[in-house]
Parts: sequence; C-alpha cells; structure tokens
Amino acid sequence: MKYAGLLVMPAGFFLTIAALILFPAPAPRAAFVVCGLAVELLGLAVAVRGHMEARGESRP
Amino acid sequence: MNPAPIAPVMPAAIFALTLALLLLAPLAIAGVALINTGLGRSRSAAQSLLGNLAIVAVTAIVFAVAGAAWAGTTGLVDHSFQLAGKPWNWLGAGRLMLGGFGSAPPQTQLALLFEFLAVALAALVPWGSGADRWRLSAGCASAAVLAAIVFPLMAHWVWGGGWLAQLGVNFGLGAGFVDGGGAATVHMLGGLSALAVVWIAGSRKGKFPKEGFSTALPGHNAAYVLFGCLLALVGWLAWNVAGAVIWLHAPLAALPATAVNTLLSASGSLAATFTVTRVRFGKPDASLCANGWLAGLVASSACAGLITPGQALFVGLVTGIATPLLVEVLELALSIDDPSGAISVHAVGGLLGLLAVGIFVSQEGQLVAQLVGIATLLGVILPLVYLLFRLLNRVVPFRVDPDGERIGMDLHELGGGAYPDFVIHRDESYR
Repeated sequence: MKYAGLLVMPAGFFLTIAALILFPAPAPRAAFVVCGLAVELLGLAVAVRGHMEARGESRP
Repeated sequence: MNPAPIAPVMPAAIFALTLALLLLAPLAIAGVALINTGLGRSRSAAQSLLGNLAIVAVTAIVFAVAGAAWAGTTGLVDHSFQLAGKPWNWLGAGRLMLGGFGSAPPQTQLALLFEFLAVALAALVPWGSGADRWRLSAGCASAAVLAAIVFPLMAHWVWGGGWLAQLGVNFGLGAGFVDGGGAATVHMLGGLSALAVVWIAGSRKGKFPKEGFSTALPGHNAAYVLFGCLLALVGWLAWNVAGAVIWLHAPLAALPATAVNTLLSASGSLAATFTVTRVRFGKPDASLCANGWLAGLVASSACAGLITPGQALFVGLVTGIATPLLVEVLELALSIDDPSGAISVHAVGGLLGLLAVGIFVSQEGQLVAQLVGIATLLGVILPLVYLLFRLLNRVVPFRVDPDGERIGMDLHELGGGAYPDFVIHRDESYR
C-alpha cells in the first residue's frame, strides 16, 4: 500500500508538468497544478495509511 | 550541454560581507545538532552528536567529489533538453573534485560555499528523526546519498539556473520558483528525508504499545535544545541574509529587513506555540516551543528577503500554531515516531514559507511557480529518497539490533556513554 502511494505521487508531479505545457492560460494552468498537488497529497495519504497498517501488524 | 545565464557581477564589499556571513552560518548547523542530541535519550547522546559531526564531514567530502559538479551554479555549464519548445535545464555539468573552483568568479565560489553548508544542514535533519535506533554507519551512508544525488538535483533546479528557477522565463510564472534561504532545497528536502527514514527504520521500541496510547519518550536535555535554538538564530540570520545576496541578488538596503523578518518569523512562531501548548497542556512545553521557534526560522528561509515585517510575523504565527498540532497528529494519529519533530518543523515549516512567497509577492504567476516547486518536492524528491534509502537499507541496515536499542546507541556503537557518571536505568518497556 505504501508503494502504491509512492507511485501515485510522481503521477501528480507529471500532471503539474503537463499543466505547464498544455495550458498557456493562467486559470486552467493554475487549476491543473492544484489538481496535480491534490493527487500527490492523495498518494501521500495512501502511503501514510500503509505505514499505519504495517505498524499495527508489527506492534509488540 | 549549454552555458547557463551569467549572474550579475558582485562588488568587492558585498563579496566580503557575504563571505563573513557564510562563516557565521555554521552556527545554524551547530544549533540543529544540539537540538537533535537534546531531543534524543541520554544513552544515545554521544552517538547522536558524533553522528551530527560525521554527517557534516561526509557531506562535505561527497559534495566536493561529485555533488557540486551536478548541482552547478548560475554561470556554469549544464545539461538541458527541449520539450514543447522550451529548454528544461535538469542537471549541472561541472567538473568533479571541484575542478576550476579556485579560478571561478567570486559569486560562484560563494554560491558553492553556501551549497556546502546547505547540504550539511539538509542531511542533519533526518538524523534527529532516526534518533535512538538509526545506526551511525547507515546515517553517514544516507548523508552520502543525499549529498551525491538528491541535494545536487534540487539545488541545480532551484539555485543553479535549473528548470524550476526558469519557470518565470519559460512559462511567465513570476520570477520562477524562489527559495532564497533553502526552505525547499534544505529544509523540505531534509524533512521529507526524515519521513523516509522513519518509515524505513520504524519506531523506537516501546513507543507504540499494543494497548493504549503512544508512550512519551521525552528528550533528555531541554537545556541543549533551547541553547541550540539560540545558536540557530545567529546562524539563520547569517544564512538568510547571505542567501538573499547570493540567490535573490538583494541590494544592501534590503538586508537589514531580511534579518528583521527572520527574527520576527521565529518570534511569532514561538509566541504562537507557547500559547497553543499553554492552552492545551496547562503549561508551555519546552521541546514543542523549541520546535516552534525552529519552524519559524525554517519558514523565514523561504520568504525573509521578500516580504514585509508584518507579513513575516503573520507567517511565524501560522507556523507556530501548525507545528505543535502537527507534532501531535503525526505521533498520536499517524504512528510516526519522529523524536526531533523534523517532519513538522522542516518539511511543513518550509512548505508554509514557500507558500508565503507565492501569496505575498505580488507578481503574476508566483503562487503557481511556488506550487510547482512544492509539487516537485512531494512528487519527485520524496519517492526518490525513499527508493534510494530503501535500497541502501539492504546494504547498510538502518536499524540497530534489539540489543543495541536496549543498552543505548552510545554503549552499543561507541563503547562508552556521553555521561559516564550517570546510572543507566533499565527501560520499562523491556520487562
């Protein structure tokens, strides 16, 4: 689960890069950059969740 | 391979001033080292402080051998490619072993000196998070990886005329991604590396018992921590003013304001953390207040040279409210054992400072440029650091064996403690 989250994070980064290239107008560019960041935060949340589950299983 | 744009020529007086400031900047490193040690346990104090020293040495050697060539600075050659009709400058192409350093222009030499200090501080940040279970050899190996690969990439993108710095020229996003004092390149990078270390090394034995809440394992020396905060202030003042000269090309008249903003950000943050902990726990918490102070300094690294004193105070207040709450959330809700609070202090403090630049600098597209920089740290640097550290963990295991954790890192790794007159008590969690 942690790896899945860490794979989603670069996907969000590529979304921000795509926004720079594909949208010259400021408003849609900013919106897609924010969407890219949101995808990264989602990936981070999944990775943190994966860490919590792994910790729960290995508690003494 | 392309020559990068040439930085403006620096007058001799400003060169001398900046060099003097950079000679004071290691006090920030000393302060962080004391904070890392004080927030760990007494039976690991000597290993912690030796680790801080060793990490500074390892990063200096590795950065000199290879990292500096790839980090590059404005005015040196670089590697670029074309995408969608724009140049994407992604890696420096300098000479290994600091070739040509002596004959480089003065401002290039200052920039390299700044980067030497920056990489040391960036590598020290995760050391505090791995306290009491991260082996010394693994800490040094991780510092070498950061100095050889990760820091040079980020430093080139932000400070070496790389693609993040060129966002303004290529895409009309303000002045491009701006980070005058290393909030991204040093602190967010260090804080995210700390998260990777905590994930890989795991929590300290007994921190999260099967039943009930997490166990409090308080730092062993609040005096070290608070004195470290005072040392860090001196270092940060020098660091931010030198950064404003080198990376933002600030005029002399703007430098006192940069120093005042640094102080105000830290002060506002301390006041806010003091109040929050006073309200939540009935008394102010010394270690959380230290975290708040440091987080204010970290946030100022991004924005001190660019905002007004009132805005700096506001940034400090927001940072000071967020820091203690985040420390609590990470530990209690997310099971992240971070003894030095580096993730909250450096990663989140740096993030708030970088956002403040985008919000308060009234240049069109600046906020988007800052968001792209933050997205790069989260989407590229964190996964890259985690992958590299995970691979490194197979070669040099991060976590000390259970016996080492039981007797303490000092006795296990060094054969002697920092406080030989003290009686080492048996840990209750091992009964």
